[in-house]
Amino acid sequence: MVQLTLPKNSRITEGKVWPKPDSASALREFRIYRWDPEAGGNPRMDTFYVDTEDCGPMVLDALLWIKNKVDATLTLRRSCREGICGSCAMNIDGMNTLACTKGYDEVKGAVKIYPLPHMPVVKDLVPDLTGFYAQHAFIEPWLHTVSPTPQKEWLQSRADREKLDGLYECILCACCTTSCPSYWWNGDKYLGPAALLQAYRWLIDSRDEATGERLNDLDDPFRLYRCHTIMNCAQTCPKGLNPAKAIAEIKKMMVERRL
Amino acid sequence: MTMRTSLGQVRGRGTAGQGTAHFMVQRFTAIANVFLVIAFIVLIVSLTGKPYVEVRATLASPLPALIILALMLSVANHMRLGMQVVLEDYIHGDLSKIIAIALNNLYAAAIGIVCIFAILKIAFGG
Repeated sequence: MVQLTLPKNSRITEGKVWPKPDSASALREFRIYRWDPEAGGNPRMDTFYVDTEDCGPMVLDALLWIKNKVDATLTLRRSCREGICGSCAMNIDGMNTLACTKGYDEVKGAVKIYPLPHMPVVKDLVPDLTGFYAQHAFIEPWLHTVSPTPQKEWLQSRADREKLDGLYECILCACCTTSCPSYWWNGDKYLGPAALLQAYRWLIDSRDEATGERLNDLDDPFRLYRCHTIMNCAQTCPKGLNPAKAIAEIKKMMVERRL
Repeated sequence: MTMRTSLGQVRGRGTAGQGTAHFMVQRFTAIANVFLVIAFIVLIVSLTGKPYVEVRATLASPLPALIILALMLSVANHMRLGMQVVLEDYIHGDLSKIIAIALNNLYAAAIGIVCIFAILKIAFGG
């Protein structure tokens, strides 16, 4: 059966309250999930106070401020710090988003930060995304063709190229997939919103010649049809994309090829 | 802990190849239910306060009997398909899931058969 409560070793306990910085004029409270596999034990919520006069405006700025000035062991992923790489996806103030594009002034009260939900935690704010990446690899996100490769590029009309808008922008941050309750319950078999949005990106690519095979691979009660249009994916996507719509389009293609 | 590769786990036993039929029938019966339930409500409201003999005679006439028969077939099937999705969502043991889905099918079939028998008995029972 589905687990509605956290297992005992995953229950979050109250952690350390780190001292406030000296002579800071503007302080902001951050409550951050901590778990260290080497130390073991249950995860805990640590409290930090950030001097906002000395720190940039984004949540990622605050996290790096903490890492540089308070606790160097705070572990997180980040790279581009401008919403392109998707590395710093985490749950901030109850919503999956990118720490680098979320301003902490958008949050009322203490800024609560957890790793992406329902994924194994590697350490602190770093989730294990191995399965998520495998699901992306499964949909084979590259051009499949049988026709002889042209001398130059595969041609595509302007209208057909426009069909990829709203799909190709996905940065695989996993915010959508880890916000989906259906993925929480059946993430081993359901491909999840991100992989399915990517699947649709290749299904409607006019240059691709494997549409039928791609649809065959998705015609399954779990791989595709676990989507119950809960819409968390569209609500949480930090790039403003709509994976639920892409999934609905795949279902439409499935029906249309039968009628 | 499994040593199978992550891609191997995702590929699993391959595609079942039959999710679309379930999806389509669930939608078709949902659309049918909208019209059939409205017709059923109109029928029941029109019979409110009528004596037993008249109600029985109305239910035995072809159009009301056919509406209720179609309603029962559509609702029972829709209930079965919808409940199966819920069971697949929340029950994860292979055996317990098969048993739950089997019971769900039996339950929907039983409801449908009993209702159809009742209507046929009223219609043809004399």
